Amino acid sequence: MEKDNKILKDKKGVFTKPQTITQKILAAHCDKDYLEVGELINARVDIVLGNDITMPLAVKEFQKIGIDKVFDNKKVVIVPDHFTPNKDIKSAEQCKYIREFVYNQNIENYFEIGQMGIEHALLPEAGLVLPGQLIIGADSHTCTYGALGAAATGVGSTDLAVAMATGYTWFMVPDSIKFIYNGNLKPWVTGKDLILYTIGLIGVDGALYMAMEFTGEAIKNLSMDSRFTMCNMAIEAGGKFGIIACDEKTEEYLKDKVKHNKKSYSIFYSDPDAEYCKTIEIDCNQIELQVSKPHLPSNTAEAKQLSEIKIDQVVIGSCTNGRMEDLKIAAEILKAKKVNKKVRTIIIPATQKIYLEALEKGYIKTFIEAGCVVSTPTCGPCLGGHMGILAEGERAISTTNRNFVGRMGHPKSEVYLSGPAVAAASAILGRIATPEEVV
Amino acid sequence: MDFKDNKSNIRNIYNITNNSDFTKNGDFKNTSNNNNNSNYGQTDNNITNNVIIDRVIKYKDNIDTDVIIPARYLNTTNPEELAAHCFEDLDKDFQNKVKEAKIIVAGYNFGCGSSREHAPLAIKASNIKLVIAKTFARIFFRNAINIGLLVIPCVDAAEEINDFDQIEVNLDDGIIYNITQDKKYKIKPVPGFIQEIISSGGYINYAKKVLGKQ
Repeated sequence: MEKDNKILKDKKGVFTKPQTITQKILAAHCDKDYLEVGELINARVDIVLGNDITMPLAVKEFQKIGIDKVFDNKKVVIVPDHFTPNKDIKSAEQCKYIREFVYNQNIENYFEIGQMGIEHALLPEAGLVLPGQLIIGADSHTCTYGALGAAATGVGSTDLAVAMATGYTWFMVPDSIKFIYNGNLKPWVTGKDLILYTIGLIGVDGALYMAMEFTGEAIKNLSMDSRFTMCNMAIEAGGKFGIIACDEKTEEYLKDKVKHNKKSYSIFYSDPDAEYCKTIEIDCNQIELQVSKPHLPSNTAEAKQLSEIKIDQVVIGSCTNGRMEDLKIAAEILKAKKVNKKVRTIIIPATQKIYLEALEKGYIKTFIEAGCVVSTPTCGPCLGGHMGILAEGERAISTTNRNFVGRMGHPKSEVYLSGPAVAAASAILGRIATPEEVV
Repeated sequence: MDFKDNKSNIRNIYNITNNSDFTKNGDFKNTSNNNNNSNYGQTDNNITNNVIIDRVIKYKDNIDTDVIIPARYLNTTNPEELAAHCFEDLDKDFQNKVKEAKIIVAGYNFGCGSSREHAPLAIKASNIKLVIAKTFARIFFRNAINIGLLVIPCVDAAEEINDFDQIEVNLDDGIIYNITQDKKYKIKPVPGFIQEIISSGGYINYAKKVLGKQ
């Protein structure tokens, strides 16, 4: 009877209701058994992350607080990845400023160029992110780590500074939307297509302040790389968290990293009768390769409907799609082919490790022989920083995450977003194309 | 099917009431004794008696952080340098408009995109006193409060106020009054927790207080 009323007792005999994975992770970080949606909490954080753009501001603010040391030199993670290798003198000054902080504070997890990667590909790869953790990062795509069953979200530099000092930050417990992905994916379709389709469905503020919980058999069958891609773009629907509960694939992904780092983790699942503000079922059998047209990620269309759109540049990389799966797909399509002479194709492996593995597998050779540029890891072109800026009137198709006005360069340039398969096929044909047209 | 009906859930997460005292000792006022280590964490912006009267610059839905401050200028943290490029890719005329109008009114999802705190900093350093929007993107909203930029969600006001209208916002009474159109809008309460952050003069000063207690 208690269950019917959705009232249950926890281990201390307190009456509670069923909860989502997000409520449970947040509760575990403020020593509670149950949290209401909308409740404001002060929660312990497991990782506090900053990069070369947000960290200088955070360090400035940290110094105003007037304490000497960060709360834990192992839990503050710093990755200079946006304008690095330093693109100009000002960027170099910013990185120098961070580096001084790193050495003064003896920050253990600082990743200098040469060992680094794009932060959201790097942290999971390094085994720093684990299921059940609560992570904040001064980068909006921090939500990527939800793919490991962690609650992770982006914050600004002031929040980061306070968390560096105290080890705590405040949250409002968010409502959750449950997405159930049924069926099987069509050929070449990846997590990028699922998430673009989803953002197209709910809009760029469709999950504002909410957790997006991705479930269903298609998610169960999805690779870890594709899961990272999906959670990465939760912010593009306004989401606070994108989250996928830990399963066998997650545990397999973590096995060696956990052993190597001698770490353990806690797994949380949503209760079967947890409350969601909305449940959306999506039939993956119907999802074609997706493209988001300028200037919103929600402006989606099927790639095959856009074959008239000519392009000047292709970017394959970023925290969204710079992982092994993405490079493998691009290499399969570009193998023994040449990119169109009018197209600049820039491929950016997201980490040094991915770069090396792609080299060993022959993908880098394939890319170079096809006429692509292969770059050291950087966020570079994704945010119009460097390494592939667009001129007025130019158009790119990119595996990155945003296509706002001026995102990749001139305010009158255009960015179309896609997964790696459409980007690689488009590089060959010089217009938006699907892999079927070239393979 | 309307997937966007969730907007009602988020419209009122931060509001101001009549009896809210968060402006009494907070940093919304132009208080010279209000403390001081957090330069840009201080609001002043010529707000007197908790009433803001100014003209409006009106923008649309989904104003993203890339148009508020393009990433090509993120190689600095200097608020004045950032302000010089604020809204540059959206509105070439912003620098002129802001001389006459110091309240931004916009649609849904203001500040969507990046977590760059440079975005509210650039707006604040442009001498904008206040942003009213139908809704705010989560990270921007939080960043704005943290650095001391006043942000107020109000769907009706944001819908009906026009470009260059003159409006009066009374923070103590919780009222937006459109002088040009002679229309009033009620705005609602800030959770105590947020009030404490604001009354401390921003999040850094709040943290100093918390650390002092420990």
